[in-house]
Amino acid sequence: MSDELVIDVTGLTKSFGARKVVDNFDLKVPRGAIYGFLGPNGSGKTTTIRMVCGLLKPEAGQGRVLGFDVLHESLRIKERVGYMTQKFSLYEDLSIRENLEFIARLYGLDRRKARVDHALEDLGLAERQTQLAGKLSGGWKQRLALAACMIHEPEVLLLDEPTAGVDPKARRDFWDAIRRYAAQGVTTLVSTHYMDEAVQCDSIAYIAYGKKLLDSHTADIPKQIGLSAWRIEGRPLIDVQHALEADPRVELVARFGAAIHACAREPVPLEAAVRSRASGASACGDQQNRGRLR
Amino acid sequence: MKLPALFSLPALDLSWARIAAVFLKELVQMRRDKLTFGIMVAMPIVQLILFGYAINTDPRHMPAVIEMREDGPLTRAFLASLHASSYVDIVAIVTTADEADRMLRSGEANFIISIPEGFERRLVRGETPQILLAADASDPIAAGGAIAAIERVAQQAFAPSFQGPLSGLARAPPPYEIVVHRRFNPAGESAFNIVPALLGIILTMTMVMITSISLTRESERGTMENLLATPVRPIEVMIGKTTPYIAIGAIQVGIVLVMATFLFRIPFTGSPLAFTLGTALFIFANLMLGYLISTIARTQMQAMQTTFFVFLPSILMSGFMFPFKAMPHWAQWIGEALPITHFLRIVREVVLKEAGLADIVNDLGPLALITLVLAGFALLRFRSTLD
Repeated sequence: MSDELVIDVTGLTKSFGARKVVDNFDLKVPRGAIYGFLGPNGSGKTTTIRMVCGLLKPEAGQGRVLGFDVLHESLRIKERVGYMTQKFSLYEDLSIRENLEFIARLYGLDRRKARVDHALEDLGLAERQTQLAGKLSGGWKQRLALAACMIHEPEVLLLDEPTAGVDPKARRDFWDAIRRYAAQGVTTLVSTHYMDEAVQCDSIAYIAYGKKLLDSHTADIPKQIGLSAWRIEGRPLIDVQHALEADPRVELVARFGAAIHACAREPVPLEAAVRSRASGASACGDQQNRGRLR
Repeated sequence: MKLPALFSLPALDLSWARIAAVFLKELVQMRRDKLTFGIMVAMPIVQLILFGYAINTDPRHMPAVIEMREDGPLTRAFLASLHASSYVDIVAIVTTADEADRMLRSGEANFIISIPEGFERRLVRGETPQILLAADASDPIAAGGAIAAIERVAQQAFAPSFQGPLSGLARAPPPYEIVVHRRFNPAGESAFNIVPALLGIILTMTMVMITSISLTRESERGTMENLLATPVRPIEVMIGKTTPYIAIGAIQVGIVLVMATFLFRIPFTGSPLAFTLGTALFIFANLMLGYLISTIARTQMQAMQTTFFVFLPSILMSGFMFPFKAMPHWAQWIGEALPITHFLRIVREVVLKEAGLADIVNDLGPLALITLVLAGFALLRFRSTLD
């Protein structure tokens, strides 16, 4: 990671009809970073990504991607950016290899065969290269889509909810690939719903209702928010959970598998609340995970 | 709610509630698809007005050129009556056969009515002189009406003159003979007209529909988003997507030509170069039309419907089914804007009327203009963003 900003946009705004989908959005991403876009459905993540790569024209705002103006030089940007759409958008009636060759031709790449071969090897698609894309399962479609947007060796990867509908193993493989690319200097902007994916990013921007609520290095976020968290284990947890939810000293109660996380900004009242409310549970977590979200 | 016992066969366990569920869902979807809904409403209105007023199966006002070798009181009276008749519109009065012939060949006139030298003298003497009616039978329907009417028209035209001293001529059979020549298609075979024209219909149908659907498919399946994210330019997509269909068009032309020659024995009299050029331009015009439709339609279904909306006037108002010149002027202008109108003229002139390149420039020009306008609009409408 260097200090050079690969994506540097300010004030991006976009409305559809009367609804402001993205409102005055700033984004600065340094080279080689993995930058996470976290936010609920409909919060403007897709629209922001589309504006960054020139698929949508912002109605206000300006900025540069790889030094090119997002408003007027979107063709230059498109040549150097790989964009993976949320919905699979390659040709279902073409084979894996045919899809990749088509994309390679669109970018006017030299050594096309070698590049396609390399992409197939890189993402483990070589054995399936003659299969029609429409016949692939979600995980394989995702690999193909990633291969397609990496084929022209872009400097920036824009990934729009790339792991939606993909099994955990495929998700892990996918993130391994992303980190590999990052190590090679590829800058990645990735939107996701998953916390466990978000924390793999170097920085996270949290978006809701078209506005950015938070933008920080991942490690700094808990400090910034200043939450204290308790982890409570044991059974029966459901009563403990209800009791904690009813307690005004606890701001957030969430279930994580076999444990409950209880969070609040004030550590002392939180501890008191957890000690009193969770005392009936057969086991009680006592470590205070201050500074750690999970 | 259960159906009455009459319907409740054991295997047919129907439920009104489920039928209503499907029915209501269909209504909601129908309402969402505004273009389809609009076409469903506009289709009957526009087409009834358009075709109800435009189409005339009894061809009148057919353009005729008069070849006059004689200028006397009787022929002038005949001419005046022709002017008044609604069957023919006299577009020119010429004195040489060459000029009349040229006008018939170029389609400026559908008929030559030629009055020979010494007509009046021989008429008065009772020598039964001939009036020659040369009809452009490359369109037998257009020719047929006027051929059928000419006897009556002539009778009416001469009637006021056959009075007083000439009242002896007002007899039956009339004191003149009308000789009809069907030019370019002497046997009046409708296949000679229909088969070359069908080429235009087939090309319109397939070219417009295939192109419009193939592009809307990209939007419908979401592949357009991927395409737009690459550096590909709109015009590159246009050229790349339409070129394969030029080949398909060429195959269709080949099939029609082979069948026309061997099955229907249609003589190919004109210049192959003119035919190739006209057909190529026509295919191109249709591709551009299909491309334009695809920038308007959002789904393949809408593209189909819009294609059909264009296709009907192409059949009815181009001169394919009904004589072009028999339509009112406003309808002729609409017809002139359709690529197929010009292609039909080109193909009839080249196949049946021995036309060369010089004879079809009158239609090549407008066809090229239509193509350019369509291509321009299509490129303007093709957005390189998803906005």
